[in-house]
Amino acid sequence: MSVVDHAIEHRGAGRRGVGALYAGNSRAVMYRGWRATRSTNWLVMLSGLFEPIFYLLSLGIGLGALVGTVAVDGQEVPYAAFIAPALLAVAAMNGAIYDSTWNVFFKIRFARLYEGMLATSLGPLDVALGEILLALLRGALYAVSFLLVMQVLGLTLSWWALLALPAVLLIAFGFASVGMAITSYLKSFQQMDWINFVMLPMFLFSATFYPLSVYPEAIQRIIQALPLWHGVELVRSLTTGAVDWGLLWHVAYFVVMIAVGLTFTTKRLRALFLD
Amino acid sequence: MPQPVISAVDLVKRYGDVAAVDGLSFEVAAGESFGLLGPNGAGKSTTMRMIGAVSTRTGGELSILGLDPDRNGPDIRSQLGVVPQADNLDTELRVRENLLVYGRYFGLPRKVVAERADELLAFAQLEDKGDAKVDALSGGMKRRLTIARGLINDPRILLLDEPTTGLDPQARHILWDRLFRLKEQGKTLVLTTHYMDEAEQLCDRLIVVDHGRIMAEGTPAELIRRYSSREVLELRFGSDRNEEVARALEGSGDRVEVLPDRILVYTADGEAELERIVDAGLHPRTSLVRRSSLEDVFLRLTGRSLIE
Repeated sequence: MSVVDHAIEHRGAGRRGVGALYAGNSRAVMYRGWRATRSTNWLVMLSGLFEPIFYLLSLGIGLGALVGTVAVDGQEVPYAAFIAPALLAVAAMNGAIYDSTWNVFFKIRFARLYEGMLATSLGPLDVALGEILLALLRGALYAVSFLLVMQVLGLTLSWWALLALPAVLLIAFGFASVGMAITSYLKSFQQMDWINFVMLPMFLFSATFYPLSVYPEAIQRIIQALPLWHGVELVRSLTTGAVDWGLLWHVAYFVVMIAVGLTFTTKRLRALFLD
Repeated sequence: MPQPVISAVDLVKRYGDVAAVDGLSFEVAAGESFGLLGPNGAGKSTTMRMIGAVSTRTGGELSILGLDPDRNGPDIRSQLGVVPQADNLDTELRVRENLLVYGRYFGLPRKVVAERADELLAFAQLEDKGDAKVDALSGGMKRRLTIARGLINDPRILLLDEPTTGLDPQARHILWDRLFRLKEQGKTLVLTTHYMDEAEQLCDRLIVVDHGRIMAEGTPAELIRRYSSREVLELRFGSDRNEEVARALEGSGDRVEVLPDRILVYTADGEAELERIVDAGLHPRTSLVRRSSLEDVFLRLTGRSLIE
């Protein structure tokens, strides 16, 4: 986990005392999350599983009958196979974002959970990493189920699709990391609504349901700056088999998201609970 | 004297221009039960956070178990039990799970934590509540669970920030009994309180804190002896007459203190003093002779009552 090691080196060099960052025990935080999920909210979790499947059935199969095929890198693919990888990236994103925003907000502002954790030998990086990995797992769970549905419906067109699994883990990690970082700076429910305000248009417009080329040049640049577009492109290339070295740019985008998110989350938790 | 487990010299914590803690010096010996007594905003909780190694001092020296919290925060925290002022139990977990999970935060093995959790549930008198939801517990039970949770790592020092604030009298007595047992087992306790009776019950020694400074230090009995008299005569003449009568009472006992609703006469013998006052032709509506308490010490030191 080189990103994490980097964060420790970077932030922890001068601080070994009250604000010491890392005890190497983020699994205790994940253990807590697993027990909490098991006893209280596993039903809520399941609901997120079906959302992308419903989109796939209604748009991919229903609308797909009208649309026919779409060109990806010169290759004509059925419409359902075009949007399925995008919905897969969205599933990873949504799972990660649910856990790292609303759940984290509640824990910081109301349950004072992290205050209790940080009175033990845990450091803020243990808490940040544990919570983010947990959110990642949720994103991964959604993504893997969706990938199975795609396989059953014959929408994975290439053996490269196997790599879609680590790709969605990366995407979920990136979104969870940035989601928790942003949430840790927000103070009210109104501010939390801004997150939804960003998420919905990003979901609709990130070349999810049609190719990027329908936009004028200037709009394309904006879309290409958004994280979901990188996720959609990455996964779509893998499941349709249109693979080239350019994909590494998308990977790099998420690695940066992870590093930035972890750094700010850790910094913020320390400022909030270890003054 | 053996090495103290906590030693503070000129401890300071500033938030901007405000000094929440302004030069506290004290030592706590192993096995001692040490109290910080003072009104709200006196700097007690800030001091507790610095001792708990979750807040960095602005100035002065602080040593916990021989370690400096600025350098060994996690090592210190692993040997402390913390009971914060407001319960921060994990409401998404059941009662016993709260103990299991908290033990894991210290990196303790699963088996050790499971054994201790059962012992501590018994200690907190919550054996039959292990599978209950935290929200279903009463205030007193939650407090006992928080204390049990603070003991899961078998800490050398237990920090209690206003342990019985907000509890009804019966729940307070149960809690005091539990804390007294810990004291008997030789656990070092550090507690803040603004209740005098609590300090008298639980503290071997205490400091009285106001505006971030120490006003006095000693055992409860010493403080009462030094800053008050053996007995206190409380007289009520009616709110409108107190001031006027107070002038006539000047010179009675060791000292006279006029409060909005009553007059306190500090004296070694309350009954005798009352007789003299009545003989002098002053007839209070009600009178009461009681033993001196830490409340009187605080009034003497600061000119204010402790709970406003």
